[in-house]
Amino acid sequence: MEEVLYHRALEIVEDVCVGCAHCMRVCPTEALRVRGGKARIHPEWCVDCGECYRVCPTRAIRVRDDDFSKIFDYKHRVLLVPTVFYAQFGSRYSRDNINGILGMLGFTEVCPVEQSVDLLMDEVNDYVHNSKNKPVISSFCPAVTRLIQVRFPSLVDNVLQLLPPLELSAQFYKRRYVQENGNDEGLGIFYITPCIGKIAAVKSPVGGYTSPIHGVINMDYIYNKVLLALKNRVDIVSEPLVKSSLSSKGILYPTTGGESVNVDAKCLAVDGLASVIDILERVENEELKGIDFLELRVCDESCAGGILLFGNRFMISDKMKGYAATIPDVHELVPEYKKYCSAVVHMERVEPRSLVKYDKDIEVAIRKMESARELRKVFPGIDCGACGAPSCTAHAEDVVKGLSDVNACIFLRTKYEKRGEIDSDEAIKIMEFIWGKDRFEKK
Amino acid sequence: MYFEYFVEGGDFTNAGYASSQIKKHLKELGVDPSVIKRSVIALYEAEVNIVAHAYRGKIKIFINKNGVKMLLEDEGPGIADVGLAMKKGFSTASEAVREMGFGAGMGLPNINENSDSFNIDTVVGKGTTLEIIINF
Repeated sequence: MEEVLYHRALEIVEDVCVGCAHCMRVCPTEALRVRGGKARIHPEWCVDCGECYRVCPTRAIRVRDDDFSKIFDYKHRVLLVPTVFYAQFGSRYSRDNINGILGMLGFTEVCPVEQSVDLLMDEVNDYVHNSKNKPVISSFCPAVTRLIQVRFPSLVDNVLQLLPPLELSAQFYKRRYVQENGNDEGLGIFYITPCIGKIAAVKSPVGGYTSPIHGVINMDYIYNKVLLALKNRVDIVSEPLVKSSLSSKGILYPTTGGESVNVDAKCLAVDGLASVIDILERVENEELKGIDFLELRVCDESCAGGILLFGNRFMISDKMKGYAATIPDVHELVPEYKKYCSAVVHMERVEPRSLVKYDKDIEVAIRKMESARELRKVFPGIDCGACGAPSCTAHAEDVVKGLSDVNACIFLRTKYEKRGEIDSDEAIKIMEFIWGKDRFEKK
Repeated sequence: MYFEYFVEGGDFTNAGYASSQIKKHLKELGVDPSVIKRSVIALYEAEVNIVAHAYRGKIKIFINKNGVKMLLEDEGPGIADVGLAMKKGFSTASEAVREMGFGAGMGLPNINENSDSFNIDTVVGKGTTLEIIINF
């Protein structure tokens, strides 16, 4: 499955999509439209934040994860499990119970993703101390990195050029395996993801890096499998190898503030998409003075609010904090991590991804933008979405680009109908072009 | 392309509106990020200057293929000594303004550093007009 190159981790399943436009309204980059009664995505503009997935009432937005059975293509199957995964289960199921089931599902080795956090935080402190591009923005949340590439390209040099914990842990298990076996033949590394951003980050990483992870498994899928096995009291006949070493730093890392608390500088931790966008605007305007490190996560309550998680994000986050309080802030594998991973922790610069709206030629772009501004004035400004675009402004832009028609605006159309410039058959046709044929038929 | 914004003296909560709008438009035009950054910083400083020092002002922005020209015309006290105002750290901002995080005396020098051409036309007791040009 490693040959598959995804450009994004989401796709819209046409047969299931009912064209309700819920997704179109929440997209932070206005990358969605409705045509022919189906949501359409502009792949270049998608940042894999998953807001559309959250609001889709029919589950028509599919996560492009990997087929679980592919794990059996490999002899030694390592599974990297994020802390948030365990925190979803009721307290009567221990980590040992859960790991046992993961072994029964086919994994030969189970280890926590956040094992590399201790090594990483030392590197982050050095990096922040030496960086000229302040504030340094954490590279942990892949949707934040993509948001910066698309919407805040002037900030790409602020993104921390160090690998996130997931990649460092994957490197550790790969390197250790190669050391023991001479090569990586037979090794498959898998990851349970709480969000779609991480799928995209593994499949098409930034910073000139290639991930050693062979497959990404949807947390929603595996949670159901594990819980079912636990409920049925499946006998654990073959225990997987469990390398559970983890410090409290690692447990807390995916919670809000869990990263910045270990950075010895002036830090700010922000979660939630709207708040992250607001902060990035301010960084760009140089309004945010005296901050050295920014921990930004697109989901509310960080990974505890991941779109593929089950349960309440506050309760999950609280459970992680409770667990962290019971264990030491250092673990015994840290020296080994230093040995295997110190050389690979750095990545290259993150490249900007352009969000060219009108044209590459600035003269043409200015002309089109002017037309769109003029056109915008004739639309009602209520952003009703009946035209199949998320706002009147977006519709004006689409018309100028030749992607939509002025008549798609329900207000203008009514006016034209009254004037007798279009008849009602034509008006219905326009509606059907946007919202699909037979949209007005009772089902 | 022409944009126009009005600024009220003392209205700090809305200072930055013009610069955030212009930032959005320059991004949509695909202007180089470093040029956008310079434009936004210069405009933001100039906008805050009107809010902090003048009674009211008008911001006129002209964008063409060569660059962006910004005219900031205010009705206000004017600048008595432009040479002094251009010095880093010099400020006539009141204590109240400084407490809000403005008035560090970096405004005009910062505009100068970020622009390709910067002119100040000021009449004491009447007002100030800044002309800022940034080339693409």
